[in-house]
Amino acid sequence: MKDISKVIKLHVDNTQNLFKVPRASFVSTDVFDAERDAIFNHCWLYLGHASELTKPGQFVTRTVAGRNLIFNRDVDGQVNAFMNTCPHRGATVCRDRAGTAKNFQCFYHGWVFGSDGTLKSQPGKESYCEGFNDHGGANLVRAPRLEEYRGFYFIAFDQDIVDLATYLGNAREYIDLVADQSKAGMGIVGGTQEYSIRANWKLLVENSIDGYHASTTHASYLDYLKGTAGSLAAVGLVGVGRDLGNGHAVIEYTGPWGRPIGQWIPAWGEQGKVDIERIVGGLTQRFGEERAQRMALKNRNLLIFPNLIINDIMAITVRTFYPLAPNQLHVNAWALAPADESEWSRKSRLENFLEFLGPGGFATPDDVEALQQCQTGYENMREAGWNDISKGMGKAQPAMDDEIQMRAFWIEWNARIEQANNAR
Amino acid sequence: MQAQAFTRSEIEDFLYHEAALLDDWQLPEWLALYTADARYEVPSTDLPKDASPENNLFYIADDAFRLSERVKRLMKKTAFAEYPRSKTRHLVSNVRILDSSGDRCRVSSAFVTYRTKSGVTDTYIGSSEHTIVRGDAGLRIASKRCTLDLDSLRPQGRVSIIL
Repeated sequence: MKDISKVIKLHVDNTQNLFKVPRASFVSTDVFDAERDAIFNHCWLYLGHASELTKPGQFVTRTVAGRNLIFNRDVDGQVNAFMNTCPHRGATVCRDRAGTAKNFQCFYHGWVFGSDGTLKSQPGKESYCEGFNDHGGANLVRAPRLEEYRGFYFIAFDQDIVDLATYLGNAREYIDLVADQSKAGMGIVGGTQEYSIRANWKLLVENSIDGYHASTTHASYLDYLKGTAGSLAAVGLVGVGRDLGNGHAVIEYTGPWGRPIGQWIPAWGEQGKVDIERIVGGLTQRFGEERAQRMALKNRNLLIFPNLIINDIMAITVRTFYPLAPNQLHVNAWALAPADESEWSRKSRLENFLEFLGPGGFATPDDVEALQQCQTGYENMREAGWNDISKGMGKAQPAMDDEIQMRAFWIEWNARIEQANNAR
Repeated sequence: MQAQAFTRSEIEDFLYHEAALLDDWQLPEWLALYTADARYEVPSTDLPKDASPENNLFYIADDAFRLSERVKRLMKKTAFAEYPRSKTRHLVSNVRILDSSGDRCRVSSAFVTYRTKSGVTDTYIGSSEHTIVRGDAGLRIASKRCTLDLDSLRPQGRVSIIL
């Protein structure tokens, strides 16, 4: 590893309330190499949701931080994360996106593994020594760590990482606010939005929890809400930004759009009103007035360091991403919803989702454009070398359109990269 | 009165006209080709062919109102993803009338759409299914579903244009 201390050095001045990030952090291949190890090999990374594996034998294949994985529930009901590579000669074992399987057979030489990863048979077994797999070396290799919090499964490639609950720390409260929205549990809706952005992954971190850009970047989305009869609730974009520690951060705020969990808009009519009153009534019964109102009316854009976003806004999106190069990232995004919501709620939720979110929405494409234009702007970094994320510094309580969330991320990012750099 | 039969050449001319309006960014004129209750859908790439947008996450699932708002938005300078405007070329091929009854027919076609912006050309490949109706003012589109033959929107990153 090269010495990158100069490239990653933040400019933080607490007397002037200035916080600047070197643009080289978004461009340098040395930084990219460093963060692949210091960040992605040593953090908990989102793998998938329990609702994707409801039946014994159910599996999905997925790429996390460049690794191909099988995420499954074995026939005994245990959830596993296997590296999707044959222990024999390396071929991808499971080539389906999703399905149900008691066994996985590698097509190359025909080795067969149970849904618990154990080698069950191999052609020409008689030619192997007695006790060939006594130590399990011919079983599917597991991701070093796999843990769950409230239905969200995470993996880590660092065997010695702290447990997931400790890692999540203060962010657990915000995951709870999503997980608690239905007594029947929350579930991923069918259909994945898989896309890429020609920009550095940290730009999407910032953008996903950025309350400052809403009124400018998304002017045309807000025009759409304003111009659509009954689409606006009479509340403004008002709220707070919080540093949750460990690099996690959140903005929590009111917004003018409908929330199928609790903020009615006139366009949803009487049926919608009845449905939402029933939902909020249920939440109030379970959690009391204050927490129920918070769940119903407050939006939350939550970052789990380094690369998981759970945005509980006009719909709930779960979004994770990974860099392939300093200027290229892959995104996987899902919609999360109460498993037992009514047909009407589900339909309104998905309409809300698509109006704003995703590569065909009225907002996300403009975010993608902004991120790519930032990346292009960084070509000038020799002369124009710094990003400013000072907004709201020194305030006792930063607002949702301040930048404390980004500072929380960058402080953790910087500490981890710097530590790796010093230890090289 | 006997309904006038649909012919493939008539449908082809109509689809080429649709493509030309899109490529010329004549989006209000393009929208006028659609019925007042039209739908326009682009399913996510991991969904089965018959998936419904009411309980699955699509890329796009517009009813007539949202489709008109999509056009309104795309004509604005604040639709930053498409302003300055990209250059597009919609190629339509393999046109087949799947079935027809009276004044309505279902048409399948293959498409390749190129989008060029900021020195990068992205390619969208897939099949379209149109429902086309014959009215007093000529042919109109009652629904269009574009199913991408892609594993994901990589490297395209967005469907900010109309396919």
